[in-house]
Amino acid sequence: MPRRTDIHKIMLLGAGPVVIGQGCEFDYSGVQACKALKREGYEIVLLNSNPATIMTDTEFADRTYLEPMTPEYLHEIIRRERPDALLPTLGGQTALNLAMEAWRSGVLKRYHVELIGADANAIARAEDRRLFKATMDSIGIRSANSDSAHSLKEAMVIARAIGKWPLIVRPGFTLGGSGGGIAHDEAEFKTIVERGLEASLNHEVLVEESLLGWKEYEMEVMCDKRGTSVIVCSIENMDPMGVHTGDSITVAPAMTLTDREYQAMREDSLNVMRAIGIQTGGSNVQWAVNPQNGERLIIEMNPRVSRSSALASKATGFPIAKIAALLAVGYSLDELRNDITENTPACFEPVLDYVVVKMPRFTFEKFPAANSTLGTQMKAVGEAMSIGRNFNQAFQKAIRSLETGHWGFGLEKKQVDFDQLDDEKIAAELARPNADRVYMLHAALKHGWPLEKIQELTGFDMFYLRKLAELAAFETTIENTPESLRKAKELGYSDRQLALALGMDELAIRDLRKKYGIHPAYGTVDTCAGEFAATTPYYYSTYAEYDEPVRDVAGRKKIMILGGGPNRIGQGIEFDCCCCHAVFALKDAGYETIMVNSNPETVSTDYDTADCLYFEPLTFEDVLNIYEREQCDGVIVQLGGQTPLNLATELENAGVKIIGTPPTDIDAADDRGIFKEIAKQVGIRQPASGMAADAEDACRIAAKIGYPVLVRPSFVLGGRAMAIVNQEDALRSYMAEATRVSEGHPILIDKFLSDAQELDVDCLSDGRDTVVGAIMEHVEQAGIHSGDSACSIPPRDLSEAVLAEIHTASRKLAKALHVVGLMNIQFAVQHDTLYVIEVNPRASRTVPFASKATGVPLAKHAALCMAGKTLAELGFTQSPRIPYSAFKEAVFPFAKFPGVDITLSPEMKSTGEVMGLDIDAANAYLKSQDAAGNRIPRSGGLFLSIRDADKSLALPYIKHLAEVHQFEFYATAGTGEMLYAAGIPCHAVFRLTAGRPNLRDLILEKKIGWIVNIPDVGDDGAKMRSLAIEFGLPITTTTAALQMATEGLGNSAVDAGRVDICSLQEYHRMVANAACAE
Amino acid sequence: MSSQAFLALADGTVFNGVSCGAACDLPGEAVFNTGMSGYQEIVSDPSYFGQIVTLSTAEVGNYGCNDEDMESRGVFLNGLIVQNLNPPSSWRSRQSLDDLLKQSKRPILSGVDTRRLVLHIREKGTQKAWLHADGTDLSVEEAVAKARAWSGLDGLDCAAKVAAAKPYVWSEKGDLHVVVIDCGVKYNILRQLAAAGFRVTVVPCGTTAEEIFKLRPNGVLLSNGPGDPDGVVGVVDCVKKLLGKVPVMGICLGHQILGLACGARTGRLHFGHHGCNHPVKNLLTNTVEITSQNHNFAIMPDSLGGNLEITHVNLNDGTIEGVRHKTLPAFSVQYHPEAAPGPFDARYLFGQFKELMQKH
Repeated sequence: MPRRTDIHKIMLLGAGPVVIGQGCEFDYSGVQACKALKREGYEIVLLNSNPATIMTDTEFADRTYLEPMTPEYLHEIIRRERPDALLPTLGGQTALNLAMEAWRSGVLKRYHVELIGADANAIARAEDRRLFKATMDSIGIRSANSDSAHSLKEAMVIARAIGKWPLIVRPGFTLGGSGGGIAHDEAEFKTIVERGLEASLNHEVLVEESLLGWKEYEMEVMCDKRGTSVIVCSIENMDPMGVHTGDSITVAPAMTLTDREYQAMREDSLNVMRAIGIQTGGSNVQWAVNPQNGERLIIEMNPRVSRSSALASKATGFPIAKIAALLAVGYSLDELRNDITENTPACFEPVLDYVVVKMPRFTFEKFPAANSTLGTQMKAVGEAMSIGRNFNQAFQKAIRSLETGHWGFGLEKKQVDFDQLDDEKIAAELARPNADRVYMLHAALKHGWPLEKIQELTGFDMFYLRKLAELAAFETTIENTPESLRKAKELGYSDRQLALALGMDELAIRDLRKKYGIHPAYGTVDTCAGEFAATTPYYYSTYAEYDEPVRDVAGRKKIMILGGGPNRIGQGIEFDCCCCHAVFALKDAGYETIMVNSNPETVSTDYDTADCLYFEPLTFEDVLNIYEREQCDGVIVQLGGQTPLNLATELENAGVKIIGTPPTDIDAADDRGIFKEIAKQVGIRQPASGMAADAEDACRIAAKIGYPVLVRPSFVLGGRAMAIVNQEDALRSYMAEATRVSEGHPILIDKFLSDAQELDVDCLSDGRDTVVGAIMEHVEQAGIHSGDSACSIPPRDLSEAVLAEIHTASRKLAKALHVVGLMNIQFAVQHDTLYVIEVNPRASRTVPFASKATGVPLAKHAALCMAGKTLAELGFTQSPRIPYSAFKEAVFPFAKFPGVDITLSPEMKSTGEVMGLDIDAANAYLKSQDAAGNRIPRSGGLFLSIRDADKSLALPYIKHLAEVHQFEFYATAGTGEMLYAAGIPCHAVFRLTAGRPNLRDLILEKKIGWIVNIPDVGDDGAKMRSLAIEFGLPITTTTAALQMATEGLGNSAVDAGRVDICSLQEYHRMVANAACAE
Repeated sequence: MSSQAFLALADGTVFNGVSCGAACDLPGEAVFNTGMSGYQEIVSDPSYFGQIVTLSTAEVGNYGCNDEDMESRGVFLNGLIVQNLNPPSSWRSRQSLDDLLKQSKRPILSGVDTRRLVLHIREKGTQKAWLHADGTDLSVEEAVAKARAWSGLDGLDCAAKVAAAKPYVWSEKGDLHVVVIDCGVKYNILRQLAAAGFRVTVVPCGTTAEEIFKLRPNGVLLSNGPGDPDGVVGVVDCVKKLLGKVPVMGICLGHQILGLACGARTGRLHFGHHGCNHPVKNLLTNTVEITSQNHNFAIMPDSLGGNLEITHVNLNDGTIEGVRHKTLPAFSVQYHPEAAPGPFDARYLFGQFKELMQKH
């Protein structure tokens, strides 16, 4: 049956901002779906609040709504657009939940919108714990026994029903999941249950059969409406049950199941899908297997495309999201082609002749207070995937793909610290799932521990332990012979590790390798293990005899684009967007584009984004190998964030042609001393600054330029270890920590501009002319990392003189730094005086937002400039002006790290962003808050705690909120006095530690709907802010944000309870029309 | 361990590796299998008689071997080629793959760039090969000459070499009695028949129709087996006599035998089908099943004549995957509904056989 002709307009839901557990994989799936459905001739309406996505580029849908992903906005868009169908299975849990709400509320029925891709009842069966268990029972599939209890007596009944120890006890609704535990016998059980009931806010504990130590598997299933079902990929977790699969090291295909066990799991997975009632599309079924006897339990099933689907797609070459979208509109699997082979159908099961390893990327260094033990709640912010022809090769490539400073498994400097730990520490850290467990494992092997002991502590399968033991043993045997080096490369060792082993430097190893004729070979991800010819150039490196021939590109110039590697805080989807845009633009201009990246979540690693894809670690060695093989005409390093920039100089020294701004200039901008000179030469003011090698130095400089000072190490991305310091004591303790983090680089000290307005400027230069793409004014005042700050285009209150100065300064700086491509400048305006804070001659994370807001594809233009085009040729000669407002707001992972202070600082902490667009600036701000899940209530209880310095600034807004919106105020002593003095009634509340009722009580009594807490540096409000996060209450932490929110609430539309919507295409037309009118 | 181990193809191409399993030299027909699990089922499948099988999957041996997953009484292939051979880690394992092949006197060549080998066979087709793994000095030229000199499997009655010597009863319980003509039957066919509730008797492939009728079967199953269907003339003649008198189901070689008995011809495929992921369309129900396959020969579509109709086709290359007799109770499939290794999507065919027996 071909595609459906009874539907014409399809609405798609994206996943909103990137958060932990829901990353950019849903941009990848959304892009595939949009492309596939558009190609089929459907009209596409898209809702996604995340501007840093490719799917929200205006060409991917007919109408793109960058509006909050809430039921109100969805309702309004449906009312306006009247789509025939809604496809909710490609935007993660966000999309699924939103669609279900629209279904439950009757909105879909009212407007005759058909839910396609999944049936609402099926979703309910998969998502509701009890319904799911009942459904599984009905087909004879066992799920873990569990039940909830409200008393010790009830808990005992459940324990007896389950009938075996240990049992897991989880208190319901606690702060940070505290109070739970594993009970190995009745006595322990009683203690834990009593403690859990006490900790639980609703006096409830969940008693669950323990699956600790069981092996965990995922099966990616596809089915069509004719009942044809296939398994796209099986994934085996190296970490046993107990660690979230997103935090586990995972391997594909499954390594340790006999065919009989695998086929039984396969068949059960298909049965699960049928029983749940999934008619078409991709799903994911998770299993736990007892390694002692093969007993198998179902953990859960996701009735939608998931993070694992993205991984499975990249691991196999099978485009799950694209196929799922096409199945949703009526196709069957046998009607669809396998894109990779082109000659065989999509209804087959991919087979691999390689091993894929995925490793999670964590950022605990950003949240020192967070508990780094991995558990059932996902904590990873990104992941890297690698492909090799044996497990060890893939494993070591995965480690170096993570870019955490580890070069592989052993034979690397960072490993030394681990190997030196004592046995007791190693044993403790092996038993505790954590980000460094692999390195602990190496230490244990080095200490000569028997594998059985390591297995007992970690629960890792012996298959993996033997493999890693093989590596640990091999590393001591490496010698300077062709045989030994070839074997080492086959096992995945990097040149850098071999250099350490042989006491040479990396380049010497490289030369030696070449002399011995040891070159990497490239294999193809072809979905079929070589059975059919593949046409799609999707490659990975290995050390084997067969090397895929370099494809003929008929004389076209080859440009390599280096991606950003695994997502982390400070370097995420924004940079992938820029890389993709470069690929699109260069492809259109007739270049052969070659993408190199290691992040399976991204659009850039989709096999049909670039002409040619290398799924490889972003290291000097791996990138240079590809460059030499492909004989590239140029490499773009300025779009993928810090990852490619860190390689630029080394690559250039090795003879690589970097196009765009020269690496020396990129470095110059980063070098305080050189940049100070440049700023002086072009006549741009900088805050007074200095550079300190040690604490004494730092104190001297700070005394000279005056406190407060902003301190940070040089050469780090995302503002790691940055701080504002008010006095010498604090400076000294900062220096002690910072010199350790920055490994020998000096510490930078700047005069901190109090009460200054911070600006982000993205501009574009072709080497001669420079045009400002966007000026973004931060809502928060200087001192908060620009990545964490809300900002607006156009800026709201800058004088014409300052605006003109910004344009001039941008041009001068671009010229001085020989910028070809993008440059980001951070300015601060204090009392109408412009200061330059920082210049980065590269793409910044604001580029996608600026491009979405203005309609100017900055990264595309940048790529073409780097390839030699002029801005005049591109028709980009004037800064765009927009007759509306765009706000960017950051989204934070605090809910995943209970107890971590959420106060914003110069250290970046956000994982994602959303955008609010509106004709009215304040309303655009409110939309950005709604979109970020920080929905400001229109009235109700408001808790206030404002630092002294801001009390008078905040007062007018508080008055407005009291008088116009009738908010009811609750405040702590100091703030309360101010309110009384101003004649605003308020309830007194104790500080959390001072007595009751305190904030926590009020939240529990649902008296408070909004928290405004503007904290002092180092105040004790952290607990209070954590509470807001735990309970999902909106929190406002700056006076500027309070001002914007207050103004927004005053908007007439909001007042009337209405939401205003408008598509991005329409906004961009306004820009065009406004330009014409000029 | 010998540094000298290699596989030499008749066309002169050589693949180096490390000798594991039994240290011996053997000739064979070089084929590849793309399944990612199921090596034990593959090495014990009599259909691989005389073949040297390359496994394309990266890590092999991981879960060892056990008694329950044997597909016959022994190992019939002549050699196994793998990328990486591992010791076992599984609660089910009783023996390593290495030991199983040592015990069966069959060599394993490990550490081979199997992708290169797979692509070579894909391009050049199945060919004769010599697996050198006995640790002696043998030049590449000599090995290639040995590969070329080997008589090969074409026209040979391989079934007779692997089938049971005497009849035996597999399962005694059941109202319907199925007689299986053993051309190299996989145990999972017998397990599936028993599970479907049949009484099962296995007879050697030389058994005559008359002898089979004496067993009063309700149905006869023509088993899978190795080699060229043109070599198993005796069984074809026997099936001609069975047709119309008793319901017949054929699997793999049995499918080809049914085709020959009905007047069709069989021919060689370029490099055959060996794997667990082949999509097959059931033309009667218009559904697709993912199938387990292992064959180098197929029924030629232009030779079907008036008696047979096509019921299943392979969606990858359009080859015939299933036929049924237009008037008589007989049907067959080229692939393996018994799986082992592979998916169970086609298990329904045993039910179909039951219905056929109940009707006739």
